[in-house]
Amino acid sequence: MPPVDLQIESLERSASRKRTFYRWLLFLVLGLFALYYLAPLYVMIVTSLKSMEEIRQGNLMTLPGEFLLDAWKIAWSGRGYTAGDVFLRPFFWNSTKMVIPAVVISTFLGALNGYVLTKWRFRGDNLIFLLFLFGCFIPYQAILLPMARTLGILGISNSITGLVVVHSIYGLSFTTLFFRNYYVSIPDEMIKAARIDGAGFFKIFFKVLLPVSAPIIVVTVIWQFTNIWNDFLFGSSFSFGEAAPIQVALNNMVLTSTSVKQYNVDMAAAFIAGFPTLVVYILAGKYFIRGLTAGSVKG
Amino acid sequence: MIYWIQKNLPRIVISPSFAVILWFVYGFILWTIYISFTKSKMLPRYEFWGTKQYFRLWSNMRWYTAVENLLIFTILFVGICILIGILLSIFLDQKIRAEGFLRTVYLYPMALSFIVTGTAWKWMLNPTMGIQKVFRDWGFTNFTFDWLVNRDMSIYTIVIAAVWQSSGFVMALFLAGLRSVDDEIVKAAKIDGASLYSIYITIILPMLRPVFMSSIVILLHISIKSYDLVIALTAGGPGTSSDMPAIFMTQMAFHRSEIGLASASAVMMFLTVLAIVVPYLYSELRRQDAAR
Repeated sequence: MPPVDLQIESLERSASRKRTFYRWLLFLVLGLFALYYLAPLYVMIVTSLKSMEEIRQGNLMTLPGEFLLDAWKIAWSGRGYTAGDVFLRPFFWNSTKMVIPAVVISTFLGALNGYVLTKWRFRGDNLIFLLFLFGCFIPYQAILLPMARTLGILGISNSITGLVVVHSIYGLSFTTLFFRNYYVSIPDEMIKAARIDGAGFFKIFFKVLLPVSAPIIVVTVIWQFTNIWNDFLFGSSFSFGEAAPIQVALNNMVLTSTSVKQYNVDMAAAFIAGFPTLVVYILAGKYFIRGLTAGSVKG
Repeated sequence: MIYWIQKNLPRIVISPSFAVILWFVYGFILWTIYISFTKSKMLPRYEFWGTKQYFRLWSNMRWYTAVENLLIFTILFVGICILIGILLSIFLDQKIRAEGFLRTVYLYPMALSFIVTGTAWKWMLNPTMGIQKVFRDWGFTNFTFDWLVNRDMSIYTIVIAAVWQSSGFVMALFLAGLRSVDDEIVKAAKIDGASLYSIYITIILPMLRPVFMSSIVILLHISIKSYDLVIALTAGGPGTSSDMPAIFMTQMAFHRSEIGLASASAVMMFLTVLAIVVPYLYSELRRQDAAR
């Protein structure tokens, strides 16, 4: 039997060996999952850079022999003939023209609502907040038909304006929730002090609250931008043809196979349609996640 | 007059938004509910027709397929997302060097639209040129993976793509939960000789009950509303084998001129969401009142 301190040493060594083993296992699992999440992005990019000939010969994972940008050109600006040529450029601008006003309107109104609901409490304000809050959850199928009729009556069906209106309205619940939850944590003393100094309702909002609202404005804008840019249900129900937003156009592009399926063009198009939200996520991931968790609703 | 405006300014400011919500959310839902009790076909008709649309709905084979698919999808989608989310969050919580990078990788699919996700996965699941071909090129010549065009399996392709998109989000929720757990508890348990595994199973995970609750509610909500992903991936096919209630509703509303039936299906969806969300919101709000 070896001396006691040697025994302890060997025990410790086996424990640390075990620890290194688990450490490697940990990294292996995490790495494999990283590959799983990255694989579709890799496939999209690689496929978009190949020719159809190369796609047929190789498989999803093979790298392109030479990097071709033809598919990207076709996806963005078409082949140049008039009939049946679907490409994304005009629809990308449709989505841009839709998303900017809708985000601005819904964010601004949400900020005002959150301000009223936290700093100018009145009887019944909790009920009003609850009614706003519930709007976050409704399945839009329950409002699709009357909305389509309303847009028709207003004469803005199948138009960018119509989609701006729809997204502004159904974004209100989320934006109000975000701002309300943020303003709750801002001390009422700040408001009181401003009131004693003679500031009115709007002056307090613009001079006292807005300057400290930058984080929640970023969160809300990112949330609204991502949701509206990625929307398909409203876009496909209330618009078609030339007024369609980009997600609808992408889907049409993939579905309409005029002759042979062009997978490289499909992938380039999918990447273009996902690009703006991806950039926002990479640049401001922290705020994106905060919006997601706040959107998961804590009243 | 000016005094009255000044006194009621907050209410005046919020009332347009509130009116819009009342009309476009609650008013519209009531309209849809009413139409589900009428004989409306292509245009709304307002004579009351009783519950006949609901009988038609529940004797419609296609609706049955849609509901069955929703059940299969929901169980798998919620279950797998939670499992992956817990696993990844616990692993990431072990003071990993590249944590920030890995988190970014796990969560980026959430920034993409379901149409983009569906388009990418449709290509990967392509029965001749997709994953099947990768494995055959690697030497597994008998490997077959044709779920996308297989009636019995098409619904599972939607699960695959949906899990890819949403599991990172569950990871983020659980990671935030784990970070809020007090380190002292873990240290104390370690001193008592508990293994890391049993600390997580018996102490930490039970503490994360609220995170479980919100993840499940969000995932359920996503699955009931799932529409875009199905359209982009299978368009409900082959045939109607991967139909979902949301697809059924828009089909009846915009392509079959059956707005009464479409409204009935929308009301069913609405009631399902109500049954999940109302108890959740109730318990959340009560918890917060208690905390105050």
